[in-house]
This record gives sequence, structure tokens and C-alpha cells, in this order.
Amino acid sequence: MSAVYVASFGNFLVWVVWIGAALGCLASGVAVISFTNPFYSALALIGNLASLAVLYLLASAEFVAAAQVLVYAGAVMVMFLFVIAYLGGRADAPWAGGPRWLRLAAVVAGAALLAETLVALLWKSGSLEDVADVGPSFGSPAAIGELFLTDQLLAFEITSIVLLVAAVGGVVLAIQIREKRQTG
Amino acid sequence: MLGPTIPWYLAISGILFGTGAVGVMLRRSPLIVLLSLEIMLNAGNLALVGFSRYWGNGDGQVFAISVMAVAASEVCVGLGLIVAMARKRLALDVDELSELRG
Repeated sequence: MSAVYVASFGNFLVWVVWIGAALGCLASGVAVISFTNPFYSALALIGNLASLAVLYLLASAEFVAAAQVLVYAGAVMVMFLFVIAYLGGRADAPWAGGPRWLRLAAVVAGAALLAETLVALLWKSGSLEDVADVGPSFGSPAAIGELFLTDQLLAFEITSIVLLVAAVGGVVLAIQIREKRQTG
Repeated sequence: MLGPTIPWYLAISGILFGTGAVGVMLRRSPLIVLLSLEIMLNAGNLALVGFSRYWGNGDGQVFAISVMAVAASEVCVGLGLIVAMARKRLALDVDELSELRG
């Protein structure tokens, strides 16, 4: 009897944490696209990524959650904040320019996309109820690492090449600017 | 599985994707367009992680980590382009930037 009680309390607790993280995620997402100052947008995106990491944890994806916090909320966002600070006030573009119909069309297209997703979900959500049972090692660094080095070796290698190409691209962009400045 | 089932995750993912798409279409500052793109990529990641949990198969999580690496590369090149534009004194406005050749 007490085991059932503890299990239902655990379920309730997970629901509370999940709803908090989901609301934080949605609110910070809207904040990112509605702040005028890009600095505040970047800070809101950090909140968004952190609350997404909580959702990943609740879906038993521990390693993805850790990578999310370290790589995204750590490294990538620091790069963003550096560039925003470097550009200073110049980056402040108007909230939404152009013709009014363009703005309206953007919102209508976004709403249509959203409606389509939700209709598809409502249509099919009945067949998504029976979730597979997984062991405690599911999503652990060991399990992910084993997948990366056995079944998904090609994805692993391609990822490393993509990162290398991006790093070279960043350096090339910087070098070209310096050369132009010296000659011109 | 404790807590909400997969459709709840997918609903959050869909709403986040719509938010990001509206941001990409609505905003003119390339920095905020990049930030909105990050939201869209993360919405895709959330769906991947949710389905990975649904099937009890780690491949979705591996794919989510690959998406993260691609997003980091995209930010690296995108921010390099934005800094290059700022140094050439171009307007940071995606409506003004309609030519590939500077």
C-alpha cells in the first residue's frame, strides 16, 4: 500500500517539475523573439536551453541533458554573448520592419505550422501511449558512447568532419577581413 | 514512465518550433534570426529525445547530439559572417542584405 502511495507521489512530483520546465521553456522561447535588445534575447535563450535540459532529464536522456548544458548553454551562448557585446548597440534592429502584410503573413504561417503539428498530434496521440520499458542505463554516457563507437560510427565521424569544416570556415572568414584591411 | 507521456513532449516541441519559425520570419536582426534558429533546432532535438524514449532505443539521442554539433558549427559560421558584416560597415538587417557578393 505504501509503495503505491510513494509511486503516485513520485509521479505527481515528476508532473510538477515537467510542467514548470515546459512553461519556462515556452515563456523563454517567446521572450527570445520578442525582446528588442539581442543581449536579453540571448539570456532568455539560456533559460530556454536550461529548461529543455530538465525535459531531457525527465525523458531519461541524461547524457543529452548534460551535453545541452555544457555545450549549448555554456560554450555556444558564451560565443553569442561575446559577439553581441562586440557589436554593441549597432545590433539593435527595429522589431519588425517591412510592409505590414509581411508581418501578418509571418504570424499566419507560424500559426498554420503550429495548428498542423497539434492536429497531427491529436490525431495520432492515442497510438503513442504505450511507452517502451527501459533499464536504468538508458541514456547514460556509457550507453551513448557505445552506440557512437559501434552502430553510429559513421555519424560520429561525419560530426567530427562537420566541426572541423566549421572551424576552418570561421578562420577563413577572419583572415579574409584582415587581408582586405591591409591592402585596401 | 513517470510523468507525462510522449505526446506532451511532442506538443512542447511543436509549439517551440512554431515560436522559432515566427522569430525567423519576423525579426530583422541577423543575431536574433540565429537565436530563433537555435530554438527551432532544439525543438527538433526535443522530439528526437521523446521518440527515443518512446521506442526505448538510444539512436534518437545519438542523433540529437549530432544535431547539437551541427548547431554549434552553424553558430560558428553564422557569427563569423555577422562579425564580417559589421566590420565592413554593412547594415545588420536581413532585408537590406540581399546580395551575396559584398
